[in-house]
Amino acid sequence: MYKLNFPWLVQMAWRDSRRNRSRLFLFISSIILGIAALVAIFSFGYNLRADIDNQAKELIGADLVISSNRPVDPKMLPLLDSLGNRRSRERSFASMILFPKSQGTRLVQIRALEGQFPYYGALETVPASAAQSFRNGQQALVDKTLMLQFNAQIGDSIKVGEVTFQIAGILNKAPGQTGISATVAPAVYIPLRFLPQTGLEQKGSRINYLFYYKYDTPTNIKQLVDKLEPRLEKEALNTETIETQREDMGRSFKDLTSFLALVGFIALLLGSIGVASAIHVYIREKLRSIAILRCLGVSATQAFLIYVIQILGIGLLGSILGAALGTLVQQLLPQVLQDMLPIKITVAISWLAILQGIGLGLMISLLFSLLPLVSIRNVSPLNTLRLSLESTGMFRDPLKWLVYGLILLFIFGFTYLQTEKLREAAYFTLGVLAGFLVLTGMAWGLMWTVRRFFPESWSYLWRQGLANLFRPNNQTLILIVSIGLGTAFISTLYFVQTILLNQVTLSARENQPNMVLFDIQQGQREAVAALTKQQGLPVLQEVPIVTMRMEEINGLTADQVEEDSTAGVSPRAFQREIRSTFRSTLTNAERVVEGTWHGKVLSPEDTVYVSLDQNYAERIRVEVGDKIVFNVQGALIPTVVGSLREVDWNRIQTNFRVIFPIGVLEAAPQFHVLMTKVPTAETSARFQQAVVRQFPNISIIDLELILSVMDELLDKIGFVIRFMAGFSIITGLVVLISSVLISKYQRRQESVLLRTLGANRKQIFLITALEYFFLGGLAAGTGIVLSLIGSWALAKYSFETTFTPELWPVLLLFLLISSLTVFIGLFNSRAVVNRSPLEVLRSEG
Amino acid sequence: MLVTPILHIQDLTKTYQSTGHTLTVLDNINFSVEEKATISIVGPSGSGKTTLLGLCAGLDRSSSGLVELNGIRLDTLSEDARAQVRNQYVGFIFQNFQLLPTLTALENVMVPLELRGEKNIKPQALELLDKVGLTDRAHHYPSQLSGGEQQRVSLARAFSNKPKILFADEPTGNLDAETSEKIVKLIFDLNREAGTTLVLVTHDAELASKTQRILRVKGGKLVSDELTGV
Repeated sequence: MYKLNFPWLVQMAWRDSRRNRSRLFLFISSIILGIAALVAIFSFGYNLRADIDNQAKELIGADLVISSNRPVDPKMLPLLDSLGNRRSRERSFASMILFPKSQGTRLVQIRALEGQFPYYGALETVPASAAQSFRNGQQALVDKTLMLQFNAQIGDSIKVGEVTFQIAGILNKAPGQTGISATVAPAVYIPLRFLPQTGLEQKGSRINYLFYYKYDTPTNIKQLVDKLEPRLEKEALNTETIETQREDMGRSFKDLTSFLALVGFIALLLGSIGVASAIHVYIREKLRSIAILRCLGVSATQAFLIYVIQILGIGLLGSILGAALGTLVQQLLPQVLQDMLPIKITVAISWLAILQGIGLGLMISLLFSLLPLVSIRNVSPLNTLRLSLESTGMFRDPLKWLVYGLILLFIFGFTYLQTEKLREAAYFTLGVLAGFLVLTGMAWGLMWTVRRFFPESWSYLWRQGLANLFRPNNQTLILIVSIGLGTAFISTLYFVQTILLNQVTLSARENQPNMVLFDIQQGQREAVAALTKQQGLPVLQEVPIVTMRMEEINGLTADQVEEDSTAGVSPRAFQREIRSTFRSTLTNAERVVEGTWHGKVLSPEDTVYVSLDQNYAERIRVEVGDKIVFNVQGALIPTVVGSLREVDWNRIQTNFRVIFPIGVLEAAPQFHVLMTKVPTAETSARFQQAVVRQFPNISIIDLELILSVMDELLDKIGFVIRFMAGFSIITGLVVLISSVLISKYQRRQESVLLRTLGANRKQIFLITALEYFFLGGLAAGTGIVLSLIGSWALAKYSFETTFTPELWPVLLLFLLISSLTVFIGLFNSRAVVNRSPLEVLRSEG
Repeated sequence: MLVTPILHIQDLTKTYQSTGHTLTVLDNINFSVEEKATISIVGPSGSGKTTLLGLCAGLDRSSSGLVELNGIRLDTLSEDARAQVRNQYVGFIFQNFQLLPTLTALENVMVPLELRGEKNIKPQALELLDKVGLTDRAHHYPSQLSGGEQQRVSLARAFSNKPKILFADEPTGNLDAETSEKIVKLIFDLNREAGTTLVLVTHDAELASKTQRILRVKGGKLVSDELTGV
């Protein structure tokens, strides 16, 4: 049995790398950025997790929060008043406010507060005393974005419903509030005791009722909540504790960091392909040295290990550099993401993230180098006498298949650790595999086609450029795969972003409503419609809305369903308040897919057939023919499910899960929604002012504002994704540069020969330019086609919208990538071209 | 008294499969080499002499027939086992020197000894370099040495593991006449001194005539086996 003699192997690895270290480093440089991206994301994730843990108290502001989206049954009040040592109450709802000075109006989130909430953290205000003082008078705290928008000053007044409040201070931050949520619905705090006078608390208004509790003595909140929950749930009261807040937030931000980690992982994979190809070329050049060593008595395993040690060493260096870079990059992430997070993000060095990054780097450099490294085992010492042309093809060496299997397993394993979902991990792995296979197929196809249909009649330069694509030691496969995957990734990100934006803007096109008025009371309906017309605006849609709950499904009540899980009915069906409408016809956004549409009930004895949204029915496990009893604010109405509808929820119009026929709900308490289209911002402002002044309870959603907020939000998210994708793009470039540099080492000999035979610099430049143009063009083209297919599938199946890619950006990307490839190719070949053949021959020594 | 051969070749055949048909490179070769003998294998280009050398040294495996080196049957051994045999008993000199480009002259000489796990080998290696006249070039890389110097390093390396048999493939093929002469002298001097068997492949008749015995190969067959009287 051969002794491995490990110290000697390390010594040999060190010696053998001596004259190649800068090259080896170049190979490994392509994974540095991938590692950096992942370490940055991991560090960010760990810090975020710790921040959430530390700040969960400030996020929720109390030990226990009980909330409900409908008025609390008075019989529950004694219980609610018995909890905690200190209590606060809040009612929160969307409403219009008016700034009398500027006549500006805006939909805001009114938070009517009583008590000393928040008990943890603070309402951050300017002046600081305002956080306390507004509670004592007819005063309000107004979000800073509103103050800026309407150029309001402290001491100015705002009108909320019928009541005018003096602005006591500017609200900079409230518990649980993010920069984004403040843009969508900026908050205005008022004292709760003024709420009745505002007249905004009417039947049908969508108000959130919140109860905040603080315990002065240590109390087991979890135990308390477990005890209370059955009673609270029956009354549709939800509980939230610091612990649940911690978990919920942790979970949603885990999703965010997982997603970003996957984006970073793609950069790492891309780099790994670069590593594999570079090591492949490196080993090919080492064949002679390996053969000599074998001749002198080195065993196959020893020879293999010498290079494994080299790769691990350089991989370790690359990973450490990547981890260091990632730790630096991490400082930037909070600035990019802060707006989306309700907590203050701290930046700290995460040793766990660094260790993970280094481990990952080592694993990936080893795994991907193994592909070329396993062939070392087959290098015959006979190569010292003559270079053997017999090579072990990929398909003949079973170990290579094992390595491929390990790589796939590694990708799957990493993705699974991130997403914790088997199916998603499998899709991701398959996606990477498919992209890789398509590009490999393209590369092989290109080589075959060029060889098969070689244009013999073309000029020498063109033929040489083309021949470079398929001759021995060509870079066709690696460049097409790496540039192609990089391009596919970049352009998919671009397409998805345009799909998302188009989806929003499409809805805002001509003849679509762009302003929604809701909370219109029954008695105000005609007057509001008249006001709209009087302003010269169309009433595009007017819909009554009736709120109700489900009382029974097929004879089963919520309690019975809760007790008997085999009943076949989802308990969720009973929990939510349903906003329904009644009409006799379908709109053009809906289509009956099962059962029959019944638009009218003629006599009170007739069966009431309701129509349900198909997906909703599926979720609550209800089918056509099932009997549902609705509780419409006290009145029980028995119905039968008559039909199921497919609803296009993307249209800007009111859509409903449950629709009643006419002749049933007309007398029920209801409010109305009116949709109109305002042509300009001025008309919009004028109309809003008129409505707010006359009907202060009515809320107005200006879709233009929502669109601009969406735009801003998508821009921010897009920036984060682009920031992470940037790592892939730069990695793609590094892979490109290193591939070209590697090929330079191979090409030198030939270019020198060509020059010796009389080729001039221009000719060699042209040959190189043509070759890289073919490579870059085909890779970019294939990448773009791949991403078009992927984006189309995403649009059709995931976003359920049409996909019409713009041609110009695609063409621009194509030109950019192909010319970049040519540029890098030429730039790196200049050494060969600019130096005299003799000089190069000598330096080859 | 019967002398045991250090190298014994019997019915040795080597064939290659090439595009559907079989190419016979060596056809039924038989000979033996006694310990401390010097022999040369000569023949025109493509006659199979380098293949024969490769098989004798255990660099390749025969298609059929027996190769016995120092009493060990090479044709039945695995590649790794043959590597061990090479490290123990065999030295090599190649036409194109075959030094490891990333190792200094001294390190190149040390490798065979290091492989055996021997300690304190530097003095031995330096002594060998001294013998070939390269003490002052010990820390140079192959690319910093001339062809003759490289071949001398290669010689020092070949003798470093005190081989029982030395295989040399056209050792002067890449050198000018003057340098060749010096190298040849060195090979024979060192060989005599160390009592090593020498198997030389060449088509240089003058060089061949310096060995005790000449095997002529032509078209894969051993066509003559004559003593030179040296």
